[in-house]
Amino acid sequence: MKIINRQSWVGMVFLVTLECCSFLSAMVWPSWAAPAEDGVPEPPSGMQYIVGGVYAPLFKEAGVEQPTPVAPFYLDIYPVTNAQYAAFIKANPRWRRSQVSPLLADVAYLRHWQADTPSPEAATAVAQRPVTYVSWFAAHAYCRWQQKRLPSTAEWEYVALASATAPDGSKEAAYQTRLLEWYALPAAAMPPPIGSGQKNYWGISDLHGSMWEWVADFQTAFSPGASRGDAEAERDRFCSSGALGVSEPELVNYPALMRDAYRRSLRGTYTVHNLGFRCAKDLP
Amino acid sequence: MTRSTLSWRSRRVVPLLRLGLVLCIGLVIVATPTTAQTPKPGGTPVASAEVMGQETAVLTDAPLVPPPISRDHPTKVIVNVEVREVVQRLADGVDYTFWTFGGRVPGKFIRVKQGDVVELHLNNHPHSKMPHNIDLHAVTGPGGGATSTFTAPGHSSQFSFTALNPGLYVYHCATAPVGMHVANGMYGLILVEPREGLPPVDREYYVMQSEFYTRGRHGEEGLQSFDMEKAIDERPTYVVFNGSVNALVGDNALKANVGETVRLFIGNGGPNLVSSFHVIGEIFDRVYAEGGTAVRQENVQTTLIPAGGSAIVEFKVEVPGTYILVDHSILRTFNKGALAMLKVDGPENKLVYSGKEVDETYLGERAPEGQVAAQRIATLEKRVEETIKQTPAIVTMTKEIQIEKGKLVFMQTCAVCHQTNGQGLPQVFPPLAGSDFLMADKARSIRIVLRGTSGPITVNGTTYDSVMPPVVQLTDEQVAHVLTYVRNSWGNTGDAVSPDEVRLGREDHQ
Repeated sequence: MKIINRQSWVGMVFLVTLECCSFLSAMVWPSWAAPAEDGVPEPPSGMQYIVGGVYAPLFKEAGVEQPTPVAPFYLDIYPVTNAQYAAFIKANPRWRRSQVSPLLADVAYLRHWQADTPSPEAATAVAQRPVTYVSWFAAHAYCRWQQKRLPSTAEWEYVALASATAPDGSKEAAYQTRLLEWYALPAAAMPPPIGSGQKNYWGISDLHGSMWEWVADFQTAFSPGASRGDAEAERDRFCSSGALGVSEPELVNYPALMRDAYRRSLRGTYTVHNLGFRCAKDLP
Repeated sequence: MTRSTLSWRSRRVVPLLRLGLVLCIGLVIVATPTTAQTPKPGGTPVASAEVMGQETAVLTDAPLVPPPISRDHPTKVIVNVEVREVVQRLADGVDYTFWTFGGRVPGKFIRVKQGDVVELHLNNHPHSKMPHNIDLHAVTGPGGGATSTFTAPGHSSQFSFTALNPGLYVYHCATAPVGMHVANGMYGLILVEPREGLPPVDREYYVMQSEFYTRGRHGEEGLQSFDMEKAIDERPTYVVFNGSVNALVGDNALKANVGETVRLFIGNGGPNLVSSFHVIGEIFDRVYAEGGTAVRQENVQTTLIPAGGSAIVEFKVEVPGTYILVDHSILRTFNKGALAMLKVDGPENKLVYSGKEVDETYLGERAPEGQVAAQRIATLEKRVEETIKQTPAIVTMTKEIQIEKGKLVFMQTCAVCHQTNGQGLPQVFPPLAGSDFLMADKARSIRIVLRGTSGPITVNGTTYDSVMPPVVQLTDEQVAHVLTYVRNSWGNTGDAVSPDEVRLGREDHQ
């Protein structure tokens, strides 16, 4: 786990050092705390305590421990909303649409706001909806501002594996079918307000059926060479069945496979209409 | 700070770009004489004469094909493809979320010439839910372009390739899960014309076969979602030409005139099935098997088209009429939608095709119509009437609604033989319009839909001796609707047929 994160950080540090030195000073290395032996630690407001466990990556690859341990952590119950993100921008004007560096977010950044702050009508419409059109850098900065961090792929997928009733919903055919059906629907104009769906086993909401979410290691989770230069690894992903950790097709977690494909199409500056985020936090 | 950083980048990048350009031009110049002197033995893939000029490719939606390329030298061709995820009609009353190259299924037809340098731009629409890419089988290089065009929603990718090998090639999306991206409609054709061009013909059309796997059964109305399990089991709900049931029939049929030579560029997007492509009433004069560039066979009845493959077929049309394009794995045609039409206009040629010359009775062995059956029908009708009276739900469903719903079923299921105007085909398929046979016996008409019929029947004084297969895929409601429709269309007037009548008809023989 640690190894994976370091790789992603190293990649990002490289970028950040080049383009934005002040950003580097804000970075903190993740550190894992052991779970409290007795009782569940009280989570910060708006977060849930996630019991540690094991995450089985989709792809078997050299250099990646499999299955991957996931240490206990806290995760936001809901994605970050437009209202919350507006508060962040108020406190950090350099993340305004008009001021953000093109090296940290592409031209569609906060496009749906149409201005530095959402118009009054727009504000009402989007306040309780997840913020989208945000880059990885922006998401990262927001979580930092909250003394939090982005969840890793392993953490996100570990939590997202749960159905409403079990930590591992991957064997519930009806649940998997419902997830897959969402991927087959055309994208909505904007994601539904937070809390529209059912909370899962961990008490986390909107992981599915709403939009995509940034993770800390969105491209390097399984591919040490990062994605774009590593043609062989990329090809394995596209024609993925050969590289899948499971051989029987009925056991393939297709929704996870599609999320994996989506993440690998991204770059840190990208902003997309159906891509938002939520934050995680280490135990004290 | 932003501005200064940018200009720092520009200063560094621009000279590098220039250097790159110089290097590229150098390579082309150097490469040209070398390759020209050493053509590959027996092979067509030769890097070409000098690439001159630049143009933007004209792309067309099926069934249209861009015009032949008249220039005699390779050029740089810019191809802009936009990926869109759209809800469109899959069959009457049935919608589906298609993932498309260009807004339609199949994707845009791309036409270039051997030796052209193709600069492909893949634009993923900002409202897309998924990332997508494109793997063109015309590309020589790892992934066929897939790795170079992997594109998030609201973003664009670009890559270039030289069209080394002429032929007709499939392109498709290769984003995981590949099967789902292909099953949702992400495929099309790219033709790389050989340097000398293709022989001229009078008509060129673009037809692509593919399957769809929906959660609901064939014909089930509403927005249908993709069914991964059916796809893995290779049990398609629909097999179609050009993206939907009846995309190429009626007013949308392909057209030609007597005496013309027709060239079809046929692709098979799959994702699973191999097509046994056949045109009823025609023989392919020439087949470029598997989309290659040499005529591999002449005088072919049915040609095999692999999934992810293609064929070019050519034939001269000699006789007017409607020719039916089918996958001769024939249940796909009659039960799943794999049917298209080519309408040929012009004067008759009785020497080539006479029409029916003899029509007389042939008495083979056939079961006598019995008293028992008549009695059973009488009992049945009585039961049906009682059931209807006791079921308010049926009474409240007005005949008009049934007629409307029945029309959809008819167009999808029956019109192929009985024709959209209910006139049938002379001597082959009896008419329903003004049919005394149809209107005389409601229970019989139900029975015929459910169980089919064969042997001679007399309709309006004319004897028809052919076979109607049982229409097994329809629900009781659909049978009731379609019969209500035909009993009240084209001058027919009759009472409605209820689902209960159909149910009783079904049970009666079981």
